[in-house]
Amino acid sequence: MAEISEEIIKTSTGTTLRHEEMVINMGPQHPSTHGVLRLEVVVDGEIVIDVIPHIGYLHRCFEKHAESMTNYQQVVPYVDRMDYCAAMNMDFGYVLAVEKLLGIQVPERVEYIRVIMAELQRIASHLIAAGTYGLDIGAFTPFLYMFRERERILDLFEMTCGARLLYNYMWVGGVSHDLPPGFIDKAKDFCQYFRPKIKEYNDLLSYNEIFIKRTANVGILPKDVAISYGISGPVLRGSGVNFDLRRDDPYSIYHKFDWQPEIGKGEVGTVGDCWDRYMVRMREMEQSINIVEQALNQIPEGNIASAIPKRIRPNPGDVYVRTESARGELGFYVISDGSGKPYRIKARSPSFVNLSVIPEISRGGMIADLVAIAGSLDIVLGEVDR
Amino acid sequence: MGLLDKKFDNSNIVITSMDNLLNWARLSSMWPVQFGLACCAIEMMATGASHYDLDRFGIFFRATPRQADVMIISGTVTLKMAPRIKLLFDQMSEPRYVISMGSCANCGGPYWEHGYHVLKGVDRVIPVDVYIPGCPPRPEALLEGIMKLQEKIRSESLAKKSA
Amino acid sequence: MTSQEIHEKIKLQFPAAVLESKTEGVVDPFIKIAPEYVADVASFIRDNEELGFDFLMCLSGIDYGKGTLGVIYNIFSMKHRHKLNLKVEVPKDKAEVPSVSLIWNTANWHEREAYDLMGIIFIGHPDPRRILMPYDWEGHPLRKDYKTPEFYQGMKVPY
Repeated sequence: MAEISEEIIKTSTGTTLRHEEMVINMGPQHPSTHGVLRLEVVVDGEIVIDVIPHIGYLHRCFEKHAESMTNYQQVVPYVDRMDYCAAMNMDFGYVLAVEKLLGIQVPERVEYIRVIMAELQRIASHLIAAGTYGLDIGAFTPFLYMFRERERILDLFEMTCGARLLYNYMWVGGVSHDLPPGFIDKAKDFCQYFRPKIKEYNDLLSYNEIFIKRTANVGILPKDVAISYGISGPVLRGSGVNFDLRRDDPYSIYHKFDWQPEIGKGEVGTVGDCWDRYMVRMREMEQSINIVEQALNQIPEGNIASAIPKRIRPNPGDVYVRTESARGELGFYVISDGSGKPYRIKARSPSFVNLSVIPEISRGGMIADLVAIAGSLDIVLGEVDR
Repeated sequence: MGLLDKKFDNSNIVITSMDNLLNWARLSSMWPVQFGLACCAIEMMATGASHYDLDRFGIFFRATPRQADVMIISGTVTLKMAPRIKLLFDQMSEPRYVISMGSCANCGGPYWEHGYHVLKGVDRVIPVDVYIPGCPPRPEALLEGIMKLQEKIRSESLAKKSA
Repeated sequence: MTSQEIHEKIKLQFPAAVLESKTEGVVDPFIKIAPEYVADVASFIRDNEELGFDFLMCLSGIDYGKGTLGVIYNIFSMKHRHKLNLKVEVPKDKAEVPSVSLIWNTANWHEREAYDLMGIIFIGHPDPRRILMPYDWEGHPLRKDYKTPEFYQGMKVPY
């Protein structure tokens, strides 16, 4: 540890200066910790020697609530509130787990509606991630641009189920409401409107010289470290691992669409740096638009409520189902004891696991880079702490 | 400034009471602490961003409690977080106001029964001026809550503190 | 490899460790091993060329009631794209399982969480602190017999 700082001081001044370590507290109230994360940072001057994350400031006892509810359906609102930036993706993962436990098949129209909603939500979530990331680095304008487009997605959700942020939309065996009249046209309009906007963001932020200086070659996460730490989602793909659960462990109807996962290629720096992780998200939005457009064109007519069970009472057993949420591998481990309520639900949240790598990749960097690294991991504290 | 120019073109003296002047100044530039807790913080961000535009009320977020007048408790307060919120509130200079945004901050919200780690209402640790219901409240509801707070400030008096 | 083959391979290597192996009649196949072998089995399945389980998806602590706690490891191989569910059961009054956090780094936080919420002690864990609850909290909230305290640091806990 001390070796790093010794060396840097020697090279920059030619002589060895006396140096000592200092502990700085960052958070839980800090504008760029994306919520209530607390980082205990050990620094030597500007150099980060160690980072000790303290989490749990938003621990809302999800797992206790899951086993205290009276049935499986009642857990969905709590699942919503775990990752409040991507509530649809969370619902999707949970209902798939319960459906696998029950062994039921949902109608095709429901599958299509779910995929459309999940992909729109992924775009909305990535817009928040990229917008606030710009804010952390010092670019205010992209934030306003991205929230403007996000409002249009929220309008689509609102006309479907009446809620802006937390939807309780996907139910076990179906969805709460069918698509309203005019939804498909409006969604197609949105896709057409949104595609050129991605280029606008790239011009404004992604290829901005200052932004690249702040993010390229910062917080490099190598492939093998990423896998050992169980990293998933855009962070894993940013490190150059071509792995996306929608393609590699397929669920729902993702195999029907023509799209491909985006990976980091190290265009402006090294593979696996902050810029790569950020850029994977920007490119994923375009892929999501592709999926949404195809789904909107193919969606069949049909009854959406035919598979909703009257009583949810799975046989005793357990199941682990994972889906690709906006932040990575979202797993639900559900145990049923044969009664009407879950015996135990463990949520494997992507942010929780992705955050655990932060000490590893920020050691030896500058303290200002810590903000860039934390932002590029795109954590949602509701999901880290559950 | 058109209207004001015409009204005061010969002199720039306004006669008003001290109370009115202070209240006008306080309610027209409320600066909240930039401090999000949970889901409601996303709606608070949406309120501050382009579509709902909080800046038109003279409101923009400050990153430190020392420069802030209002604290918007936007989300679930846990037992681990509650002492920190108390600390932040104590660091704010008076006059200070607290808006409790959303059911969680009001009373524990959906976590009221089984939330062993959730504080059932932020008013158990700090005094609250305005409660906004909703889970999460829409941006319009937050704006309404802010205007309610402005109303409250408007009726304040230096001589006797309003309850 | 199919689950059957994976289970056979583990059985061959550790005949004394495997207590139960189920591949049919369940939603997810699983293998149950004796707790003291966890670290050995884990390092074997990670380093074995044919198995190559390099990605720990999830680690969950469970309270089975009846005086036993359990740990479940959901493991995946990035190279071969196969899965394995490993189960362990320990008595509540001696809930000790060897840590796998040096084998898969991701287990570090998962094990801290299982200790925090379920009270399972992981032997050899480099940083055995609570993770979600405050450090001075008493008890392990996800145990079925847990009682919520009346007060924490002077704040009333129940509604």
